[in-house]
Amino acid sequence: MSKQPSGTSDLQAIRRKRDMRRKTIPALAQAGPVSIWMILFVTLPMLFIIYISFMSRGVFGDVVYQFSLESYQTLLDATYFKVILKSLKAALLTTVLCLGLGYPFAYYIARKPPEVASRLIMLIMIPFWTNSLMRLNSWLLLFQTSGPVNNFLQWTGLVDRPITFIYTDGLVVLGLITNMLPFAVLPLYSSIEKLQKSLLEASADLGATPSQTFFKVTLPLTFPGIFSAIILVFIPSLGIYTVSDILGGGKVLYIGNIIKNQFGSIRNWPLGAALSVLLLVITGLLIFIYTRFAKIEDMEVV
Amino acid sequence: MAKLSKVQRHKRTAAILGEVYAILIYAVLYIPIVVMMVFSFNDQRYNYYWNGFTTQWYGKLFHNSALIGSLWYSLIIAVLATVISVVIGTLGALGLKKYEFHGKKLVNNMLYVPIIVPEIVLAVALLIIFMNLGLSLGMGSILIGHCTFCIPYAVVTIKGRISGDGDTLEEASMDLGANRIQTFFRVTLPSIMPGVMSAAFLSFTLSVDDVVMSNMLAGAKNSTLPVLILSMNKSGITPDVNALTTIMILVIVAGMLLSNGVKALVKRRSAV
Amino acid sequence: MAESIVSLIDVEKRFGSNLVVRKMNMEIYEGEFLTLLGPSGCGKTTTLRMIAGFEDATSGIIKVQGERVENKEPYQRDVNTVFQNYALFPHMTVFDNVAYGLTIKKVPKDEIRQRVAEMLELVQLTDYERRKPDELSGGQKQRVAIARALINRPKVLLLDEPLGALDLKLRKQMQIELKRLQKKLGITFVYVTHDQEEALTMSDRIAVMNAGVIEQLGTPMEIYDHPLTRFVAGFIGESNIFDGTVTAVEGDLLRVDTPAGKLLTRGSGFAVGEEMHVSIRPEYLEAGERNADGFDLPARIKDFTYMGTVVKTALDMADGTELKLSRFEQDANAHEGDKVYLSWRPEKSVPIKKSHT
Repeated sequence: MSKQPSGTSDLQAIRRKRDMRRKTIPALAQAGPVSIWMILFVTLPMLFIIYISFMSRGVFGDVVYQFSLESYQTLLDATYFKVILKSLKAALLTTVLCLGLGYPFAYYIARKPPEVASRLIMLIMIPFWTNSLMRLNSWLLLFQTSGPVNNFLQWTGLVDRPITFIYTDGLVVLGLITNMLPFAVLPLYSSIEKLQKSLLEASADLGATPSQTFFKVTLPLTFPGIFSAIILVFIPSLGIYTVSDILGGGKVLYIGNIIKNQFGSIRNWPLGAALSVLLLVITGLLIFIYTRFAKIEDMEVV
Repeated sequence: MAKLSKVQRHKRTAAILGEVYAILIYAVLYIPIVVMMVFSFNDQRYNYYWNGFTTQWYGKLFHNSALIGSLWYSLIIAVLATVISVVIGTLGALGLKKYEFHGKKLVNNMLYVPIIVPEIVLAVALLIIFMNLGLSLGMGSILIGHCTFCIPYAVVTIKGRISGDGDTLEEASMDLGANRIQTFFRVTLPSIMPGVMSAAFLSFTLSVDDVVMSNMLAGAKNSTLPVLILSMNKSGITPDVNALTTIMILVIVAGMLLSNGVKALVKRRSAV
Repeated sequence: MAESIVSLIDVEKRFGSNLVVRKMNMEIYEGEFLTLLGPSGCGKTTTLRMIAGFEDATSGIIKVQGERVENKEPYQRDVNTVFQNYALFPHMTVFDNVAYGLTIKKVPKDEIRQRVAEMLELVQLTDYERRKPDELSGGQKQRVAIARALINRPKVLLLDEPLGALDLKLRKQMQIELKRLQKKLGITFVYVTHDQEEALTMSDRIAVMNAGVIEQLGTPMEIYDHPLTRFVAGFIGESNIFDGTVTAVEGDLLRVDTPAGKLLTRGSGFAVGEEMHVSIRPEYLEAGERNADGFDLPARIKDFTYMGTVVKTALDMADGTELKLSRFEQDANAHEGDKVYLSWRPEKSVPIKKSHT
C-alpha cells in the first residue's frame, strides 16, 4: 500500500461528495418520477387488492376488515366457476384463432420490402386508433336479426330463417378476435422479420423441403414472437368486458363483467378483488413460463 | 408465354393466395370501420337499421351538447395525460437505460404490469385506493388512471429508440463545453425525438379511446366520450356519434399522412 | 524549452477491484504529438478519458496548464476530444456540429460563420456545411469531428483511436494529414492507438503502455532501436527475442548463452550470470554457412513468405523456437530445409533487463 500525501484524504471526501452530486441528481431526476409513479399507482394498489381479497363483505356491501376466505370459496361456487371456465375457453379460442390467422398474415408482410411492410403494418394499426366501442357496434348492426348478414344468407338461400348471431358467445369471440388481431400480428411480424434469410437458404441447401424448413427452422426461431402474441392476446381477452357487454348484451358474462359488477351494482369488493387476484395469478403464471423461454424484450406495440 | 415449371407454378399460386388472404384479413379489420362510417349517414333516430341517406348528422352533432361536452372532456384529459406521460416516460426511459440503482429491476418489472395485466384489474385497484383515501372521483382520478397505463407504453416505445451511441454523444457535447442541462435539450432530446413523438401519439390515442379505466374511475358529473358511447348502447346510438367518430378517424389518419409527408420532405431538403 | 502542458502525478484508476491504471507519472509538453500506445485493455483509453474528464482518477493529480482539473467537469476543461466513433450529432448539420462549441459559448453569429468556414477549409470540407452526418463517408465524418474539436482552440486535443474504422489506404492518408495539421496549428495532440506503425509514423514521443503501466516513454527512434523491456521489444516492430544468461562481460561486449545457442551483443550494466533478454530485428539477422566468431546459432530454413516489400524467412532453432529474417530480395541460393548459421553485428542487437512482474 503506497503512502498517500497528506491532504488527499479530504480531497477524496470532496470527490466522493461531488461524485454523489454529479451522478445521483441526474439519476434521481430521470428515473425518479417514473419509479415513484409506478410504486404509488401500480405496486401499492396491487398489493392492496390482494389484501382486500382476503377480507369479508359486510351486510350493506361495505368492506369489513376481517380475514376471511369467503371470496375465494365463492369462486369455487358452481355459477362462478362456470363463468371462469367460459372466460378461459373464450380467451383460449380467441388466442388460437388469432395465432392461426395472424401467423400467415405476419409472414406475408414480412416477405415484403421494408417500406411496403411498414405501410402495411400501419394499415393494421389504424383500426387500433379508432374507437373500439363503435367498431363493436358495427358488428352488432351487421349481424342483427334483420341485418345485412342475415339478409344475405336468406337471399342466397343458405338458410330459411334468420340466425340469431347477436348476444351469442360466437359473436363475442368474433369481436375479441377483431380487437386482438393487431396485438398478435405485431409481435409475430417482429420476430418473423428478424429471421435471417440465410438460415432458410442454408436449410434448403442441406436438402429440406419448404415445409420441413418451416417446421424445423422458421417455427422454432419465431417462437419468442409466438409467445409474445399469446401473452398479448390471451390475458386481455380474459379481462375485457366491453366486448362481452356490447356483443353479448348482458347475456354473455365473462370474468371481466363479473368483476365490474362487484364494484358497481352488486357491491362485493372482496369478491371482485378475489377475481382480480385470480386474473393476476393466471397472468403471472404465463409470464413465468415466458421468462423461462425468452428474455422479455421491449414489447413493441407500435 | 414461357411454360412455368411445377415449382414456379406452386410459388405463383402461393403468392396469389397470400395476397387474397391478406386482403381478406384487412377486410375483416376494416369492415366495422366502413360500416360505422356508412351509418353516419343513416336517416334514422337510432342506428338500428338502415333507413336512407342523409348528411344531417354532421351538422347536428355540434348541437348535441352531451356529445360535444364529453368530446372536450376526453380531449382535455388526453392532452394532459399525453404531456404527463411523455415527460415522465422520456425521463424514465433515459434514466433506466443509463443508471443502475437499487430496485431498478422492480421498477422495470412494474412497468410491464399495466401493459400485460387486464385493464379492469388496474382500474379496480386504483378505485379501491382512491375510495379508501376518500378522494372524490373525477377528472383527476381518470387522469391518474390514464397516465398509469400510458407511461409504461411511453417508456417502452422510447427505450426501443434510444441508440447505444447516446452516451458518446453526451460526452461529446460536454467535451465541447455544454453542461448537463444544455446537453439534454440540445443533444439528447433531439436524438430521441422520433421515439418521443411516437410515444406521444400512442398515449393520446390510448387515452382518447379508453373505456375501462374511464368508466371505473369516473365521477358523477362528466364522462369521457367512450364512456358516453358505452352508456348509449342500452338506449341506442345516434348517428351523430358515428359522424363524430368518423371525423376523428379522418383527422388521425390525415395527421399520420401529414407527418410522414413532412418527414419525407425534410429528408429530401437536407440532402441538397 | 517546451513547457509541460499536461501533468499526471501518481494517477491511479480502479474499476471495482480492477486496477486499470497504476501509479502513472507523465509530463506532456506543449506542442508535441504524444501517443499512448498499447494493446487492448492496457489503460491508454482510460488515461485519455481521465484527462478529458469522463472518468475520475481514483487517486492522483491531473494538471492542465498548471491548474488541477480532477474536480472539473468535461465542459470546464480546456481540452477537446475526437471520439473513436466520431460522435457527430445526427440531428444537426455539419455546420451546426462544428459550430456547437462556439454556440454554447455564445459567440456572435458572424464570428461563428467565419470560424466554421475556416475550419472546414482546413479539413477540406468547404462545401459540406448543410450535409447531415448520415450522408458522409467515414473519412469525412472523421474530419468533421476534428474540425468540431479544433474550432474551440483547445490547448490540448485528445484523440481516441480516431482512424480505427477507416480502411488502410485512407488511414495512411489521414495519418499524414493529421500530423501536418498538428504541426501547422502547434496544438498539443495526445493520441491513443494500438497500431504501432501509426504511432511510429506520427508521434514526437510514444508512451508504450502495458497492463496499466508505462513501460517506456521516448521518441520513436529510441523505442524502436533501444527497447527497455521485453514487452516493448516484442510490441514495436518485429523482433526476435532470446532469453539468456550472461556468461562473460568484456568491456561493452556481452557473451550470452541461450537455449538456442551462444550469441554476442553490445551493452552495459549487466553482470556475469545475470538473466536477461536479447532482441534482434529480422532485418539485421545474417545467415551464413558456418558460425561467426562468438556465435553458435544453428538453424534450419523452414519456409519463405513473400510480403510484397520484403521476403520473410522463418528459421527453426535448436531449442524449437522460430526466428524471422527479412530481406528485400529472395536469396537464390537459399532453399527450404537448408542448414544455416545465424549471426549479426553485435551493436545491432539490444540487451534488455529481465522484467519483474
